[in-house]
This record gives sequence, C-alpha cells and structure tokens, in this order.
Amino acid sequence: MKKISALIIVSILAVMLLTACGGPQFECEDAIGCVDIAPEDPVRIGWALVISGPNETLGVDSQRGVEIAAEDKGKVLDHAIELVGEDSLCSAEGGQTAVTKLTSDPSLIGIVGTNCSSAGEPASKIASDAGMVLISPSNTAPSLTNPDKTWNPGYLRSCHNDNIQGAAMANFAYNELGVRKAATIHDGSPYADQLQQVFADKFVELGGEITTQEAINTGDTDMRPVLTKIAVTGPELIYYPIFIAEGGHITVQAKEISGLEDTILSGADGMISPDFIAAAGDEANGMYISGPDLAFDNPLGQAFLQKHRTKYGEDPLSAFHAHAYDATMMLIAAIEKVAVQDEDGTLHIGRQALRDALYATKDHEGITGTLTCNQYGDCADPLITVNQIQEGEYVPVWTAD
Amino acid sequence: MRERLQNLDPLSVVLWLLRAAILGAVLWGTVATILNNPYSAENWLDFLVFGVAQGSLYALIALGYTLVYGVLFMINFAHGEFFMSGIFTATVFVAIPLSETAFWDSHPVLSLLVVALVAMATSVGIAVLTERVAYRPLRHAPRLVPLITAIGASFFWQYFFRGLYGSGITAFPPVEMLKGSLIVGGLEILWTQVVVIVASVLLLIGLYIFVMRTKTGKAMRAVAEDKQVAALMGIDVDRVIVITFATGAALAGAAGLLYALLFRQVHFFMGFFPGIKAFTAAVLGGIGSVPGAALGGLFLGMFESIGPSLFLEGLGIPAAYQLKDVIAFTMLVLVLIVRPQGILGERLAEKKA
Repeated sequence: MKKISALIIVSILAVMLLTACGGPQFECEDAIGCVDIAPEDPVRIGWALVISGPNETLGVDSQRGVEIAAEDKGKVLDHAIELVGEDSLCSAEGGQTAVTKLTSDPSLIGIVGTNCSSAGEPASKIASDAGMVLISPSNTAPSLTNPDKTWNPGYLRSCHNDNIQGAAMANFAYNELGVRKAATIHDGSPYADQLQQVFADKFVELGGEITTQEAINTGDTDMRPVLTKIAVTGPELIYYPIFIAEGGHITVQAKEISGLEDTILSGADGMISPDFIAAAGDEANGMYISGPDLAFDNPLGQAFLQKHRTKYGEDPLSAFHAHAYDATMMLIAAIEKVAVQDEDGTLHIGRQALRDALYATKDHEGITGTLTCNQYGDCADPLITVNQIQEGEYVPVWTAD
Repeated sequence: MRERLQNLDPLSVVLWLLRAAILGAVLWGTVATILNNPYSAENWLDFLVFGVAQGSLYALIALGYTLVYGVLFMINFAHGEFFMSGIFTATVFVAIPLSETAFWDSHPVLSLLVVALVAMATSVGIAVLTERVAYRPLRHAPRLVPLITAIGASFFWQYFFRGLYGSGITAFPPVEMLKGSLIVGGLEILWTQVVVIVASVLLLIGLYIFVMRTKTGKAMRAVAEDKQVAALMGIDVDRVIVITFATGAALAGAAGLLYALLFRQVHFFMGFFPGIKAFTAAVLGGIGSVPGAALGGLFLGMFESIGPSLFLEGLGIPAAYQLKDVIAFTMLVLVLIVRPQGILGERLAEKKA
C-alpha cells in the first residue's frame, strides 16, 4: 500500500514537472490537422516525378531543381530539409502509387510533383484528401486547375496552363509561319488531348482550318497508316504535343509518307529532351517545339545554372528544372510563414493554414518570374517560347508576348 | 421449326444478335467509306504495304508461340522478352559502337549481318536458359503451372534488361543504304519495308523446310504428335524441346532486328505489345500451325493498318487510329466465333485439348 501511494505521488509530480517545462502547450486548431516536428527532426518534403522510362529526363530535370532549392535554402527555422522521392511515372497508375505511398507518411508536409498531367489527376485528389499540398512543376493540362473538372483544394502548379501554350503555338503557326491548314495528333493523355484542342480552337478562331484531329495510343510504333490518313487531308502543319517515344516515331515516319515531305512538324514541351533528339535523329531538324521560355536573365536564374553545372556536370536536361525550383521555394516560404515554433525549437504547421498561405502567394520572386497564385492554384508567370530544332539543338526562335 | 425456336436459350440469341451487330457495323462502315472514298488507289496500296510489313513482324514472332505450343501445349508468354533481349543487346553492344565507325556506312550489309547474328544468338541463349531453369523442372506439373511461370519469366527478363541497359529509349542507328524507297509500277515501297518483307518470307520458307524436310524437323513433329511414343522410338525429347525453343527464339531475334530497322527505337518494354499481338496472330491463324501463324500475323497487320480507315471512318468515328487494337481483337473474336480452331488450325484431339 505504501509503495503504491508513493508511486502515485511520484508520477503526479513527474507529470506536473513535465507540463511546467513545456511552457504553454501548443494546441492544434487547424481544420485538417497539424504536423509537429521535434527539435532535432528535419522538415520533410516529398517529390513525385517521372524518373524512369522513356520520359525519365523530364523527371530527373525537375528532381535536380528540387534538390538545388533544398540545398540553397539549407535550413527552415533551424530544421534541416529532408527530401523523400517516389517515381510517379508518366501515367495515372504511376501518379496514384507514388502519391499514395508518400501521403501515408504523416510527417510529410507537402509534395512537389507530378510531371505528367496524367499522373497529376489522381495525385491531386489523393494528396488533397490526405490534407497535403501538391505543387506541380510541369502538369500543364488546363483541367487540373478547372474547378468544374479535376481541380482539388490542395493542388497548385508553378508552370503555365496549356490554355496559354496552345494559343501561343496557334498564333505562331498562323501569324509567323503563315500556315492556314493544320492537323493534330494526340495520344489520349489529358495533356496531349487538351493541348491539341486548345491549339485547334485558337487556330480556327484566327481563321485557319483544322483538316483532321487524330489520335494514337501510348506504346504504338507504326504511325505510317495514321500519317497516310492525315496526308490525304493536306495539312501544311502537323501539331502533335505528345511524348518522346511516340513523338519520335511520328517525326521519323512522317518524312517517309508521300504528301508530307514538306509539311511542317511541331510539338510541345513533352518532347524537350536529348532523348527525343536521339529517338528522332536527323529527321527532328526543322521541327518547332513550344515550351516555357528558358532564357532566365535574372541573377537567381544565372546562379541556378551555375550550381546545376557544378553539381551535376551538365546543363539542365529538359524544360522544368526552374519551375521545380520555384515550386519548392514557394512551399518552403509558405512553411516559414505559417509554422509556429516553440521555445525548444519544435515546429507546428497547420495543414489548412499552409494551403491558405500557398494559395495567397503573391509576388514570389522566382527563377521563372514573379509568381502569384490565383484561387485555383495557377501560380505561373508564363512566357512561352517556340524553339526550332537545328543540328540537334533546341534554338529559341519566337517568344509570345 | 417451332421446336428449334423453343429450344433456343436467351444467351445464344444475345450472342447471335451481337455477331450480327458487329458484322453489320463492319459492313456498313466499309460501304460508307467506299461510297465516300477520300483515298486514292495508291493510298489503299500504301495501307496494304504498311500492314504487310507490320504483319510479317507479327508472323515471325507468332511462330515462336506456335512452335512451342505445338510441342509442349504451353503458351510461352516470355517469348516477347526473347524478342526484346536479342535486339536490345545487339543494339547496345554492336550497332551503336559500329555506327560510330566508318564501317557501318561502308559495309552496311556485313554490319547488319553481325547485328542479326548477335541478336539471334542472345535470344537463343535467353530462351534456352529460360527453358532449362524455369520450364523443364515443371514439365510434368499441371498445365496452369508453366503458364504462370512463363508470365513470371517475362517480368524477370523485362526488369533484368531494364537493370542492365536502363529504362530509357535507345535509338537504333539509321542505315544510310536503306533510306528512300523502291518504286514498282507507281507504288512506292520504303526500302526498310522491302527488307522486312523479303527477310520474313525467306525465314518462313527456311523454317518450313527445316520442319518438313530435315530429320530434326521430323523429330519435332513426332514429339508434337506424342511425346511418349516419340521417346520409345529413340527420340531425345528434351533435346527436341530445346531445339524448338531455340528455333522460335532465333526467329524472334531476327524479328527484333527487322523491328529496329522499321521503328528505330529499342527499350526494355518493347517486347510486351508485339508479344501480345503475335500471340493473337498465332491464335487467329490456328495455334500449333506454322502456316497459320504466318497467315494470322499478316491478317492482323493488315487489319490494324487498313481497318480504322475502312471500317470506322465510314461510321463517322473521329480519331479512328486510336481504336486499331480494338479492331484487331474484334477480328480475332469474329474469326474465332466462326472457326474456334483458328483459320488453319486443326480441331484439337482429346489429348491435346
């Protein structure tokens, strides 16, 4: 009996002592919960990017942007930054698997990803349902930030919306190249399907004619029949904003089809990669590819390029490294804004507060420009450039105003 | 008559209606397309040639399925990977290094022969290894077991080669000599397609002679007929099975080179779709039959090439080429409804079924 009462007294004392040391207790009042980070623990940020398969350069490029951003920042409120990555592939299944795995970790604060809009659709839903934020450096499909389609409350992006890219390409084709008849091909992915539709609508609005809108499947190799079909309609330009493997096949095989020898070939940012040049070979020369403007003449951009060269020994591989850098920096800036820090260094981050802070991002100075988010998470300061492939290099020839 | 109608169960009525609907749609589409013909005769011939070239590839791969099925009654789902492994290895170790030297352009025929030999040898090596390690120990297991093992072997080889050569696309170097096209009577045929078609025909004839005229071929046919009796007649059944796998894989290796000439991209997943299509071709032609596999491959290639324009465009379906796989498999269903054993297949005897 004596022993037990002594034990009770000791434990009561211990509890009192602990509460006294903890100071005023933090109480989470956030609608969708908080993340607590102990004094010695790192701030954990996830990324879900395509780092294998035909489009791996797209993801590796973005991954490097995230890594350089984390390194530049060093510490967030005296906590180190830890990156956790998953391969989201370039498909709905890939995005679903990667983000499901990442969101199962409650200590994760937010995710940078995905690359392909097809992966972005399920990823946006899963991350939002889990109370996290997902900031994409390269999902460009318009539907992702359209509240009537696949927008979700935890989703933002630092790259352009294809409503802008498709219109820019139509403008370039109609006004700069003087093309009046164009055909399009997509591969059924949300990115390609929506982008070619924006292009077609704008091209018709300008006064041009769309001769046919065709589609192929991911994984198809024999494009000659569909190209023959297109040749019959007599377009002056073919626009196929798809990905590296199938885009390479179309580029090579179009030159072999009678009637398409002089047709102008064009595509979009899914095909900006040295792997596309390798896949399409000499036939790629002369082709027009639209994408984000990459001539970042601000000090941040120059410093980034320098760091990239030192760290990885080469120039950036694809088009979205700077967007990934900006996405990561936006996320870290928002964390710094909303985090509540205890005296001992413990961080408390409200998940809804973090979302609100991200959506309220205004005049964030990034490499890609000055980023301001709208109510559906479109944050980019978009500038579209059309490149021509010359001698296997992407040479900028026109920038939209 | 009335009795027959009474005996008709609802399911078969639904099936007959379905068949009639498919056939009706195909006929309607065809007629509509022909009436409103936007294509010239040359376009149709082009479609045909593209289809034959693609079909010959399917045929070469389909032979591997059919040969193995004929002898072992198992579907070797790893066959697509035999096809991939050969050309992937030959591209990485032979074609790319060679194309960086002047030899590639000065001796294109010799270079391609070396690539072909390496591709075929690798495919054969992988096939023999798979047979020895994964299939032979299961020779007397229930039939479902080797089938599942084959699917496992297929994944194993895909990811093995992904680990070995990376997951990206490797470009097969273009061959200068094969640029341009052959003009026969106003019809332009690409040189690569000429090579693909001619090489496939030669390989098919070679295989036919091998199976029908040589002693080994005779042994293969004997084992296909009855393994036990063949063994009693002094035939080494295991050896014949290995030879069967090797023959199929050699054809797949050659098909790999032809694929690389036609499409110029190789990667670790390239065996999957051609493998599925070739299996379809083998079933279409009648699995177990060598001429059937060849015919099935040709039909499938042509359906894929002509079908979307001929059948679907008349029905007013936009972006018809997205549906070419649907056409291929619908054709398979249509043929199998009429001839369950495939175009040239024999009705399976009790013991084979």
